Amino acid sequence: MRRHAVLWSMILLAAAMLVPFVIVALNAVKTPVEYSTGGPLDLPDGVSLDGIIAFWERVDFGEKLWNSVVISGSVAVLAVVVSVFNAYALGIGRVRGRLWILVVFLIANTLPQEALVYPLYFLANEVGLYDTKLAVIIIFTVIQAAFGTYLLTSTLGGFPRELLEAARIDGANKWQTLVRIVVPISRPTLGVLFVFFFIWTWNEFFLPLVLLISNENQTVPVALGVLQGQRMMDATMTSASALLGVIPAIVFFLIFQRALTRGITAGAVK
Amino acid sequence: MSVVRSPIRDRGSYLWFLVPGGLLLLAVILVPFGMNVGISFTEWSGAGAPEWIGLDNYVRLMSDATFWASFRHNVGLVVAMAVLPTLAGLVIAAALFDFVGKHFGSRHAAVLRACIYLPQVLPIAVAGIVWSWILAPQGGALNEVLRAVGLDSLAQNWLGDPDLALWTVMGVMLWVQVGYPVVIFMAGMQRVDPSLHEAAELDGASWWGRFWHVTVPQIRPEIFVVLLTCTIAALKVFAPIYVLTRGGPGGSTNVPSYYSFQNFFEKTQVGYGAAIATVLTVLILVLATVFLRVQNRGER
Repeated sequence: MRRHAVLWSMILLAAAMLVPFVIVALNAVKTPVEYSTGGPLDLPDGVSLDGIIAFWERVDFGEKLWNSVVISGSVAVLAVVVSVFNAYALGIGRVRGRLWILVVFLIANTLPQEALVYPLYFLANEVGLYDTKLAVIIIFTVIQAAFGTYLLTSTLGGFPRELLEAARIDGANKWQTLVRIVVPISRPTLGVLFVFFFIWTWNEFFLPLVLLISNENQTVPVALGVLQGQRMMDATMTSASALLGVIPAIVFFLIFQRALTRGITAGAVK
Repeated sequence: MSVVRSPIRDRGSYLWFLVPGGLLLLAVILVPFGMNVGISFTEWSGAGAPEWIGLDNYVRLMSDATFWASFRHNVGLVVAMAVLPTLAGLVIAAALFDFVGKHFGSRHAAVLRACIYLPQVLPIAVAGIVWSWILAPQGGALNEVLRAVGLDSLAQNWLGDPDLALWTVMGVMLWVQVGYPVVIFMAGMQRVDPSLHEAAELDGASWWGRFWHVTVPQIRPEIFVVLLTCTIAALKVFAPIYVLTRGGPGGSTNVPSYYSFQNFFEKTQVGYGAAIATVLTVLILVLATVFLRVQNRGER
């Protein structure tokens, strides 16, 4: 009996967590007339894509999606590369002072972005990168790689020494050892890092909000957040915008769920 | 970390691999952070030359009621984003792992876990939009539900009432955050040796007894990680405030990160904003150090 009580309370909880998603989806497919007569809780008569299309065209959502893909994709690739280089030197090369270097990377990852934002904004202006995707890509490559370096250094610290020694005896230099031995063997971890960096960058709000001021450079969260702040949308359009923001996140979630769950665990326990 | 007689001799040349990452770290994090600390000792509008005023910004902070209020609000967010999710996460993870997973199959547990985790993958700005729409005073879904079931008196201006707005934001953040500890704790519970539970059961321990005396102590490392990362996330919180309330109404949901943002870009008091950001940074670093110290001592 108690088992079933627990099961049902968990099912209720899970359903309650999903309610906001359901309400958003329901209202995103209503017409404004349906909404104003029936309110947010009535079931829609049919699926009307008007609100979604209107919102899509108004903010040029395709462009925002593309910006987010370009920025998150570039950051994920570059941050994995930088993390691998750093972790190769720290975890396998065991360079002098590596503990302190790791602490610096860890601190870099913990710093609030508020303490970096104004100098970054100023410097981006100085070097002509203000309001460019490149500035955001460079900055988040460093921020994500700081975490990646920390995680990957502990992983590579346990890399089988025999393999490195064998490669050296076969005449491989350090670069060849990295590319032909270390990277292929660490591929699962690198995959998890890539997924993490992609999603984390996709979800970033504060620095992109400050650095990407013009419409044609904005990412999905920034464009939605700015529009929301202007309070110029009617209810169906707001829920359409929320739905369009939710969909990519759910798609990533479904695609990456395995890697994600594995990755969260990898970060949790040393 | 013993390095005695490492087979790899010319260690120096590994340093080359650190050069790109090190230079990037210098240019994007270390130098800007140093600049931020420097700016905090000046009065500067962002244009022209900053004027050195020493510690004046920090002196002003001490008697700035808005600044202290923003930290009090932050404490509320730490409760909503770290303390409550950790407590709720422990109970939910144990219920899913011990009851649902064992008696109804781990498949069911995984599906329920995924539902609870889902808000975590949303961009926080999008979560804010979803909720500010649900919580709208006129025609928002929550008030409509309350009216539909005859509880008109409970319908509120959730985000527009200064006495209520912070509680509403805390509720939203609890929804956002709770899936993270659930996932991490469930992973930790898989690590716990089942024979510990069996032994406790033979000794006649109840489920709660086993939960408190076996599960919780065994997954202490995970609890520490969750508390630390969630507390830091709560101190840094910006996007939900920006989207839900803009720090209002009447500053009742202002937090340090949003207050520094206002000073940087709305009031153009860049020096003052930099001082707020520096205090926030010091607080976060001190907290992280204390946490890690306590954790290390616990492990020994």
